[in-house]
Amino acid sequence: MGEEFKFEVVNPEKSFLSKEDVTEVVVPAFEGEMGILKDHISIISFLKPGIIKVYSKTGEEKYYVEDGIIEFKNNNLSILTSSIFNIKDIEKNKIDEMLRKAEEEIKRDKVNDQVKFLIDQKIEVLKSIN
Amino acid sequence: MASLDDLKKRIASVKSTQKITKAMKMVAAAKLKRAQDSAEKGRPYSEKMNNIILNLSEGISDKENAPKLLSGTGKDQIHLCVVMTSDRGLCGGFNSNIIKKAKSYFSRLSSEGKELKIITVGSKGNDQLKRVFGDKIIENISFKNSKNANFFDAEKVSKIIIEKFQKDEFDICTIFFNQFKNVITQIPQAQQIIPLKTDINDKEKSEDNYEFEPDEDEILTNLLPKNISTQIFKAMLENSASEQGARMSAMDNATRNAGEMVDKLTIEYNRSRQAAITKELIEIISGAESL
Repeated sequence: MGEEFKFEVVNPEKSFLSKEDVTEVVVPAFEGEMGILKDHISIISFLKPGIIKVYSKTGEEKYYVEDGIIEFKNNNLSILTSSIFNIKDIEKNKIDEMLRKAEEEIKRDKVNDQVKFLIDQKIEVLKSIN
Repeated sequence: MASLDDLKKRIASVKSTQKITKAMKMVAAAKLKRAQDSAEKGRPYSEKMNNIILNLSEGISDKENAPKLLSGTGKDQIHLCVVMTSDRGLCGGFNSNIIKKAKSYFSRLSSEGKELKIITVGSKGNDQLKRVFGDKIIENISFKNSKNANFFDAEKVSKIIIEKFQKDEFDICTIFFNQFKNVITQIPQAQQIIPLKTDINDKEKSEDNYEFEPDEDEILTNLLPKNISTQIFKAMLENSASEQGARMSAMDNATRNAGEMVDKLTIEYNRSRQAAITKELIEIISGAESL
């Protein structure tokens, strides 16, 4: 024990991931990347498209998320998200497809700045893992 | 009395109906298991979401300027009712129960002089409501093509609702669905989703203070639409579990009734066959005696 805390990812459909032994999680919070260690102050924040890095004794795992909310409380980190993938499992043509959709979306006129920013982020992240 | 041939045909037809209802029961039972599973798996998400919103709305600094989705428009003149039913029939009182609940709510609204708008989700509800409330239905959504309730569909519905809210088309939004209790019992529910009713009693008040990043208001503005999707998704999951449960028990009853009917008809058939034989015998004997 010591430096470990509980980490959980929930989708609307099911509990996506649950780990008891993570030592650090880096999340793409809305105002910048945020690393969370044990005994972090209770916090609620939401995510922008990016990569969640999960460090535990067994190694490092990476997940791609599009949006979500994180809550940290009493050494329990929960992430609520509707779109998350393990980068290991994601197929290349799916990334291409998502990239294409995002690029289409940004070309539309009526998107406001915030949406545009989010899509920009998304494209950047998708390109980086591609 | 019906002829032997007629009886035979009726027995055959009841038997084949029984086969169908039996098969439907089996299918519903299998689907029910799956629907129940996904309803259970979906629960943590909506609970967590609720929890966070609760914490946020308590910590919000400026209650006056809170997002409208939380605090409402300040009026309650126009009510939007989202009636969620199934797309397929033959599921006992499932749809009628929701409709009954919704109708009593509607009549209460109209007696209070409120304006009413209806969105129906699922074609069965639309069929039943359009006769009386046809002019009030502003939208009919149906997910006939989706096999299971999925979050994507729920988001579609909530998008429509939020769009209408932002255009000031209504003040209060209520959803109607069946809550799954067990296979025989489904409870029709009315749940208000806009403005959000925060029920502090059902949650232990959290002691510690959260840090918010960015501030509460901004998180809330982003979170509330998501919460609506989540609530609708939850309702859809409950509904689909309820639907299969209702169908299963309805089909079980139908199978049993068909069995009883077959028994009764078989007795009648045997009796009339016996009567025919006896009649023939009497004819032969009396013929022989007269010789």
